[in-house]
Amino acid sequence: MDWDRRAMLGAAAAGVLAHPAWAQRSGTTARQRTINAMMTDEPAHLNYPLFNTRIMQEICGNINESLLQVDWQFKPQPNLARDFEMSPDGMRYTFHLRPDVTWHDGMPFTARDVAFSCGVMLPQLNPRSRGAFSHIREIKAVDRYTVRFEMKEPFNAFLLSLVASSAPMMPAHIYEGTDFRTNPYNFKPVGTGPFKFNRWARGQFIHLTRNARYWQPGRPGMDGIYYRVCPTPEQRLVAMESGAVDLAMADDIDTVVNLRMVANPSIVARADAFNGTGEISVMEMNQRRWPFNDRRFRAAFMHAIDREFLVKAINFGLGKVAHSPIPSDLPYYDDKAVTKYHHDPARARALLDEMGLKPGKGGVRHRFSIMMIPDGGGTWTRGVHYIKQALSEVGLEVKLESTDWPTFSRRSGNWEFDVDCNSYGQYGDPAIGTSRFFLTSNIRKGVPQTNLQGYSNPEVDALFAKAAVAVEPAEAQRHYSRLQQVLTHDVAMVWLYERKPMFFYNKRLKNVIMGPNGPADGFGAVTLA
Amino acid sequence: MRDFLRVFFSRPISLIGLVIFAAIVVIALLAPFLFVRGPFTIVGMPLLPPGAPGLLAGSDVLGRDMVVGLAYGARISLLVGITSTLCALGIGMLLGAVAGYYGGWLDDLLMRVTEFFQIIPSFVLLMVLVAFLQPSLSSTVIGIALVTWPQVARVVRGEFLSLRSREFVQAARTLGMGDARIIVTQILPNALPPIIVVSSMMVGSAILTESALSFLGLGDPNLLSWGSMIGGSRSAMWVAWWTTVLPGVAIMLTVLALNFIGDGLNDALNPRRRR
Repeated sequence: MDWDRRAMLGAAAAGVLAHPAWAQRSGTTARQRTINAMMTDEPAHLNYPLFNTRIMQEICGNINESLLQVDWQFKPQPNLARDFEMSPDGMRYTFHLRPDVTWHDGMPFTARDVAFSCGVMLPQLNPRSRGAFSHIREIKAVDRYTVRFEMKEPFNAFLLSLVASSAPMMPAHIYEGTDFRTNPYNFKPVGTGPFKFNRWARGQFIHLTRNARYWQPGRPGMDGIYYRVCPTPEQRLVAMESGAVDLAMADDIDTVVNLRMVANPSIVARADAFNGTGEISVMEMNQRRWPFNDRRFRAAFMHAIDREFLVKAINFGLGKVAHSPIPSDLPYYDDKAVTKYHHDPARARALLDEMGLKPGKGGVRHRFSIMMIPDGGGTWTRGVHYIKQALSEVGLEVKLESTDWPTFSRRSGNWEFDVDCNSYGQYGDPAIGTSRFFLTSNIRKGVPQTNLQGYSNPEVDALFAKAAVAVEPAEAQRHYSRLQQVLTHDVAMVWLYERKPMFFYNKRLKNVIMGPNGPADGFGAVTLA
Repeated sequence: MRDFLRVFFSRPISLIGLVIFAAIVVIALLAPFLFVRGPFTIVGMPLLPPGAPGLLAGSDVLGRDMVVGLAYGARISLLVGITSTLCALGIGMLLGAVAGYYGGWLDDLLMRVTEFFQIIPSFVLLMVLVAFLQPSLSSTVIGIALVTWPQVARVVRGEFLSLRSREFVQAARTLGMGDARIIVTQILPNALPPIIVVSSMMVGSAILTESALSFLGLGDPNLLSWGSMIGGSRSAMWVAWWTTVLPGVAIMLTVLALNFIGDGLNDALNPRRRR
């Protein structure tokens, strides 16, 4: 098989590199300056905003760049826009684009591309842009390299909504006037990034090569990246340990073997590569159905689960119990505002009693089903098995439903479930990543990653709207504090734990993680030792 | 009958098979009485090695007792193995008997149907069937029965073809017996030995198939089977060998025992092999 042969060649090349005399004599060849990464599953296409998932961010982050990037303090920094200004009232933003950026096919990157991406393509396809860009009144291309955004109201997270995967720039000359979902370039994407799409061998690998005309001098520091399909966890572990692959991101490595990986001297382990996502693992309840529409049931559900155990034993210590819809280490989290649901089975039973859900035959109070994420027996599956056990202690009998990905998206999108599993990222600001799961206006049948639960609370809608347009940070904080108070008291969702996915890379790689968006910022800065 | 027992028990290999299989059946039947807690109950931290306090075989990735899991896993394996074989026998014997007894165009038709099932890669067909029916115990049983019955049908048809023109069948027909009665009371008893041998082997392969399905996550997620124990622990293989090796050994022992029994039955029932 092609993969085996290449992996062995890669490993052999790494061995050659380790020998200094040989490396000096021959210099570094193209193969040695190519790295291997993994895909647990192959994406259906490479249209970044159309399927903005982690695996797409890891691949397309090298191809389609954003106007801005954030530093470790979440301060916006120039990227494709070399400079930007905001009017004091927050009603107008002006971006000055770099004049030396070209698309991979040689066309210049101009204001037209920005206006097209932010005005047309992203609001239609990108799940997070839809809400964020609804505050824009008009986008004007002032000249070839200047874009002005006029706002309907001062949206305080606007700059953060232009960062990394939140707003990848798409080529107007390729997509304008076409059907975005069927455009042939979805399979040979064109961007401005440090790496160009080269070849996709279905079922085997996606190959990106060096963009020789990249606008950042001295970058990229490598000749290419192979993303190889590695469907099983044990295969991925061995590939990483043997040096056959150089990168393992997020869900590539099961948390079971985390300590073994951290202890490996030839591998660097980073816990901060996905800080910018601010991801929380959750369970969504179909609140159109009884008893999930009853706050007491949802609270009992929370009290029944020992989320400390979930983090410590099921997730092997990676993560932190989530007490709020907003991750605890990101702006706007308010520890004093949230209602915390500690592990308390007695309280859970009392709440169920109060609802009239008394133990029936065999001590069972109520039966319902949980739809599982098809993660091949990974952390999700283990977590759900634990939760089933924990709920049975308070008389709730859970039937687990296995799915495959198409079934999972179809059933969750069409609201055909009792309870499902999911996770969401805040992506810098609640108005970008979090509000979409709770707004009444985002209850949209058939669209994944929306308000699938059917949660609807006019006060929450109003608070999210007010918080997003607050000019003063203190005012935004006040609204977000109140929001956390309302949402956690309502148990608007079952928040399980804040995920802290690990990022592993071979020691021969340098400058891999340059900011909190990790791989979503691309690997242009990476050099090989 | 006495002959059969003498031959069967004179071979140590079939005796060993029978003892192992009997032990597994006993464990499976007694599991709910031997253990207070069910197989899904979490008893401690995950990945405790065998010999940890109270954990003879250690704990799995969820902190569940491996011993309890292995015992309950035996129930699922045997249940699936035996019921799916019975279902396959039902379909296979009916179609094989009709095809072999009547012959002609009916035989042609039924054998083409049988071949249709035989030429499709059976495990792929099974995965599609189970995914289509939603993974559950009954869909696993139905799926396995649907891909294994052609074997039985072939064997039964062959026996019927050779038996239908024998004198005792002709005698029965002359006496005015109906077709159904001849098939059930005259030919079938004489065709049983090869069917018994085939079905003992089929139980073993059905257990293997169920394990493979569960390993791939296509088993019933609400039941713990040996395959799902391996599938659920595969990522822990490098840090906790017992989570995958022990259920693997359990599957191997069971299937091996059934094959030994099958060999013994074959020797005892096959007149040509009898010494």
